[in-house]
Amino acid sequence: MSSDSHGHGIGHVVPIKTLLGVLIALLLLTGLTYWTGRMDFHGWDLKIAMVIATVKASLVCLIFMHLKWDKPLNAILFFIALIFVGIFLAYTVTDTFEYEMNVDALLESQR
Amino acid sequence: MSEAHAHPEHVAHHFDTAEQQFETGKFGMWIFLLTEILFFSGLFVVYSTLRNNNPEVFAYAANHLDTDLGAINTVVLLISSFTFALGVRNAMLGQRKALTVNLLITFLCAGAFMGIKYQEYTHKYHEGLLWSGAEHSVFKEDLSKVLPSVREHSAHGHTNAIADAEAMTPEFRREVGLFFAIYFCLTGLHGIHVLLGMVLIGWLIRRNARGDFGPHNFGAIDFGALYWHIVDLIWIFLFPLLYLIA
Amino acid sequence: MSSEQNVNYLNCSKGFSSWFWTLDHKRLGLMYLWSTIAAMFLGGIFALTMRVELFAPGAQIVSADQFNQLFTLHGAIMVFLVIIPSVPAALGNFVLPMMLGAKDVAFPKLNRFSYHLWLLGAIFFVSSMLATGLDTGWTFYAPYSTVHSPAYTAVVLAVFGAFILGFSSIFTGLNFVATVHKMRPPGMTWFRLPLFIWAIYATGLIQILATPVIGITMLLIAVERILEIGIFNPALGGDPVLFQHMFWFYSHPAVYIMILPAMGVMSELFSTFARKKIFGYSFIAMSSVAIAVVSFIVWGHHMFVSGQSPLVSIVFSAMTFFVAIPTAIKIFSWVATLYKGSINMATPMIYAMGFLWLFGIGGLTGLWLTTLETDIHLHDTYFVVAHFHFVMVGSALMGFLGGIHYWWPKMFGRMYPERKGQVAAVGLIVGFNVTFLPQFVAGTQGMPRRYFDYAERFEIYNQISTFGAFLMGLSLLTILIYLIRSIKRGKLAPANPWGGATLEWHTAPIPDPHNFDNAPQVGDPYDMEIFKWDETEKGYVPVNPVPGLPYIAQPKADSGDSH
Repeated sequence: MSSDSHGHGIGHVVPIKTLLGVLIALLLLTGLTYWTGRMDFHGWDLKIAMVIATVKASLVCLIFMHLKWDKPLNAILFFIALIFVGIFLAYTVTDTFEYEMNVDALLESQR
Repeated sequence: MSEAHAHPEHVAHHFDTAEQQFETGKFGMWIFLLTEILFFSGLFVVYSTLRNNNPEVFAYAANHLDTDLGAINTVVLLISSFTFALGVRNAMLGQRKALTVNLLITFLCAGAFMGIKYQEYTHKYHEGLLWSGAEHSVFKEDLSKVLPSVREHSAHGHTNAIADAEAMTPEFRREVGLFFAIYFCLTGLHGIHVLLGMVLIGWLIRRNARGDFGPHNFGAIDFGALYWHIVDLIWIFLFPLLYLIA
Repeated sequence: MSSEQNVNYLNCSKGFSSWFWTLDHKRLGLMYLWSTIAAMFLGGIFALTMRVELFAPGAQIVSADQFNQLFTLHGAIMVFLVIIPSVPAALGNFVLPMMLGAKDVAFPKLNRFSYHLWLLGAIFFVSSMLATGLDTGWTFYAPYSTVHSPAYTAVVLAVFGAFILGFSSIFTGLNFVATVHKMRPPGMTWFRLPLFIWAIYATGLIQILATPVIGITMLLIAVERILEIGIFNPALGGDPVLFQHMFWFYSHPAVYIMILPAMGVMSELFSTFARKKIFGYSFIAMSSVAIAVVSFIVWGHHMFVSGQSPLVSIVFSAMTFFVAIPTAIKIFSWVATLYKGSINMATPMIYAMGFLWLFGIGGLTGLWLTTLETDIHLHDTYFVVAHFHFVMVGSALMGFLGGIHYWWPKMFGRMYPERKGQVAAVGLIVGFNVTFLPQFVAGTQGMPRRYFDYAERFEIYNQISTFGAFLMGLSLLTILIYLIRSIKRGKLAPANPWGGATLEWHTAPIPDPHNFDNAPQVGDPYDMEIFKWDETEKGYVPVNPVPGLPYIAQPKADSGDSH
């Protein structure tokens, strides 16, 4: 049996206030996303939206999914997965962007 | 060393302690969630390449999505994540009745999400806002192939997609169709995961009614909640990517 | 004490149900073993049929369309049903928990589910065969697979089969990674893990991260085919090269799923059969993980002539050269292990030696393929076919067969016939070289792959190749037959016939269902001196057995810290 000073069984129990606080933060950030989504930031729209989404995702991961109190291994694993998604995106988007120029040039020359 | 065959009730024979069992289960669930992320990442790659190569197409096509419904769905999922997290607390503290209530609310939120999704999908079907290869699409390269019923619906619909389609070049039309292709793939796959989550929650409600869960056995609730949070997480990204392209 | 003892994992329960619904990793490993061997013979029949067809130019026994179906099914079956599961799922399942000192894997029910998924995926593949017409190549390139191929049903069935098999692979990898992280007994630190476990662990990482992407790609093919969604279809504005990126993001790491476990087996074989501590333990361990990581950043070397941009091609080419480094570290370490070792050329060692030759050639020929200029000439020729057969078949098969022969006594408590084993191994290796070496030459001279006909000047290479293929087939058949016969008629095996020091050799001749009652004490997995040869036993026995537990050898007092 693991030694647990709270006597509640295994693990750390998240206080209701914390959970509620995170929910409110998430709802506010959603509102922010919605509001900024209706504005025009001249090319920065996607980046702003992604930053807000990342903040929301971090709250969900750290608090709702308990990563803040878990052993670091779980969080490390999560990060590693994100890195590989990044690699996948980086190579593919770069490549399609680069050869799209060739495709467009070809289509132009055929008109 | 520990005696091999004397172990607590809820601990499987190949584990030494309840803590090892719980930690291992959690780790296993996290690995599974990673696979879900990589699974969706394929579609995100498709989305990114299509959007990168056709930014104006995406900006136009996103107008056909109802941002308000998307926002409501986001809120619904966030609340359901909250209630499921509350449920994990309940299980750890042995609060069986509260756990049932929270699980039920989570289930209902998921149902509401699917209900709104159903609304969105049927609306698009009627107005022909589908990928170009679909029979009911208005975004066909060759407009003569658009079904008369779809033409009519679209003309009386939200945004008169057929009129817009007629004003476009065939290439542009094709690419708008691609936006809807990736829209349906992303939201469809996500929707399937919501449905599977509902099945999971239903199973947990049933097990809880049988008294399976308590402070010494709440792994299934904890791991189920992790799954549900990932479903929520994916939607957190889908909402701005699909609905808020200015 | 090599007599069959009372209760072991084979005789503890009987009947179909006790096997089909088992949770015992050893039984699951055996079922995977028979299943992958059966699939290998099916894929092999397709191969031999192709080689008969290719014996001379022009049509011999099949039409052009049938030939396309043959190479498609041969590839799909071998990749998805045989090589990817074989070493990890069959040997890994059987050996890993015992080698680790655990009673089972982390999630036994998931393990059983993985096996059932394999069966389900196999059923889909077989249905696809019966639906006939699958002619897309195992690579399912769009838009042929999604639009133009007439084999609608076969394509959909096959991709669903691949999707299901993907999950089987993912769950196996998940299970092994969790097991290695969480189920090590006290004293089993990361750098006391046997190298086979490091290899399976690295493989599990790849399975977890890469396989989901092929899952979504296969689903997209089905969705494209059924709903005409258009993402990969240029006529609808889609992008076929995007398909290739998604496909190869998995399929390149997949080839490392195929080779890393075989390399893990090699580490065990070289050490045990040279009766010497493995050279460069930590380098080999870390190189396994390094290979797993680097395998994710090189996939574009399959796409140099697809329309991929020059910028990205250059990066992929450079990264691919880089992956040769950790691989070479392993080869040098194995060879260094042999130096001043006491070499026992038993059958498993013959496979290990064969591996050095076959993988050496396979790996080196990859260099021409990753060099951009030469690849333009060699892409889609028989040079590529020979290269990947040398690494996938030559090397992975050496690992599989070497491992099967090595652990056979532990699986069934019986020895296979040693002389036959050695002869068949040599026959297989010779046959393999005769089959595939001429294909390098044919490829450099321009013979294209996946063609059922060819120019006159390639005939001699094809004839030699076909002879070699039949020699391989004969050797494999011989191996299968003597292995099956040895189950009932082989010499009874001692608990440790080879003198291996890893923990699976500390079990009874046929292991107990629970492997160990108490976790054995963990020492150096390559300290050969804890066992000594016993003439009466005709096997190795512990120098310092644990009192009351005759098979478990205690580590030497000074072998590393125990904390």
